[in-house]
Amino acid sequence: MLSITALSRSYGGVFAVRDVSLVVGQGELRGIIGPNGAGKSTLMNLISGQTQPLRGSIHFDGARLERIPTHRRARLGIAIVFQGARLFRGMTVLENVMVGATSITQSGAFAAALRLPAQRREEHHIRERAVAALARVGLSDWADRPADSLPLGQQRRVQVARALAGAPKLLLLDEPASGLRAAERRDLSDLIAQLHGEGMTIVLIEHDVAMVMKLATRIAVLDLGQVIADGTPEEVRSNQRVIDAYLGTEVSRAHS
Amino acid sequence: MNALLIYVVSGITIGATYALIGSGFVVVHRVTHVVNFTQGTLAVFGGLISYSLLSFSIPHGLAEVLAVLLTGLIGLVFAFVTIGKRGTPPLTALLITLGLSILSEGIFVTIWGQAPIAPEGLGGATVLLGASIENQRLLTAGISAIAFILLGIFFGRTYLGKGMTAAASNPRAAALVGIDSRRMGFIAFAIAGMLGGLAGVVTAPFSPISFSSDLPLALGGFAAAVFGGLSSPWLTVVGGLVLGISGQLVAGYFGGSYQTVAALVMLLVVMIARHKSLSAEEAK
Repeated sequence: MLSITALSRSYGGVFAVRDVSLVVGQGELRGIIGPNGAGKSTLMNLISGQTQPLRGSIHFDGARLERIPTHRRARLGIAIVFQGARLFRGMTVLENVMVGATSITQSGAFAAALRLPAQRREEHHIRERAVAALARVGLSDWADRPADSLPLGQQRRVQVARALAGAPKLLLLDEPASGLRAAERRDLSDLIAQLHGEGMTIVLIEHDVAMVMKLATRIAVLDLGQVIADGTPEEVRSNQRVIDAYLGTEVSRAHS
Repeated sequence: MNALLIYVVSGITIGATYALIGSGFVVVHRVTHVVNFTQGTLAVFGGLISYSLLSFSIPHGLAEVLAVLLTGLIGLVFAFVTIGKRGTPPLTALLITLGLSILSEGIFVTIWGQAPIAPEGLGGATVLLGASIENQRLLTAGISAIAFILLGIFFGRTYLGKGMTAAASNPRAAALVGIDSRRMGFIAFAIAGMLGGLAGVVTAPFSPISFSSDLPLALGGFAAAVFGGLSSPWLTVVGGLVLGISGQLVAGYFGGSYQTVAALVMLLVVMIARHKSLSAEEAK
């Protein structure tokens, strides 16, 4: 579904991502881990389109992504949850999630401005989708609250709902657990497992190694911009290069 | 008493003009972070185009509506020139809008000449609380009020308005959910064009406009918009009214030449007083 080939990106002569190749299959929950500065965020920015690659290609569902601007990638079915993509201030929770459904809207600006009947139907449809997405992340009761009044854990869930409202084929989660408290992490982890169980293809980039080990079907380990291991959690855990490169204690702790 | 009332009412109508132009600044700035200095130019276009359409004996009502739509179109053309290239920094875009407004002055002189022009408006006057007030001024106040309500509905209630607000509040996240922020910017410029055009169309009959009217109009509108922190449409309306009424009072009691000075002083005071909140808004 998502296939990355020999992708490179450098900043001022230093490679942040170097010759990275990755394949994510339909229905897979792919974890990507690595120490600070391993290139995880750069990789995510390359997939979302906020950074252009120096070399290499990204294929998604048969389309080449590199030349497609970010907002059109969303329309292809890629949804992203990451720290930088905060909620829209001054809007309610439900409105935030409705905006997330932009990628599936059809009618143009003109129809929207004139509130033509087709557009009204579409707006109704979007509202229903947003309500369903909120129910899926368990926030139905919060729909009419101002989005920025929610605690961080809930805001993260709203971001997930916002991503889901666009009916994505691929969900990219960039450090979704960062800044969350333990209980919030557990809830989020359950939510991700549930979405994966429903057949969603997910890429999870996370600092929390234990969380990725628990959830992912396959894990790629990045170090200094390169993939040093790629396999099932068990394979990665026992990989000597991974242990040497950075994990060591953390992996064995996640194991126990 | 009579004089005071007249000053206040004419201040309201002038304030409404500033507020219309100011909300053009606000709409564009909210969505694109560009200060669009063609805002006064668009008002001049509106007034002059309505004059020409009327002189082609297109009936009242239709001519004015057409003029507003055409200025919306001109706003869209300005948008293509200003922010058509993705990633144009707002400061560069601001300079482009300044260039466009200078270029437009040339167009005005070429097509309409240099003499001030007043399209025919609603004739007559209505006696209100013992003061006789031109009907066109009352119309201006009424139409402006309707425009602001429509604008409020557009941003508050429609899906497209939400998308524009989203693009303004967090461009990165907006792109990630599939909002084309450049397209939202184009729409903002078109709306600003119509707001500016409307201001020109309704006020030109009682306040003749010429090629050089763009700067005073833009300044008044900008002062109103700054009052609203370049982001709040409602405070912009308040700012426009304060500016309009105080300007008329100054002109009435101290002489007309102080009017612009009053506007500039208010602009300075507001900018200094709001300096903190303005820069805080930018930092977010």
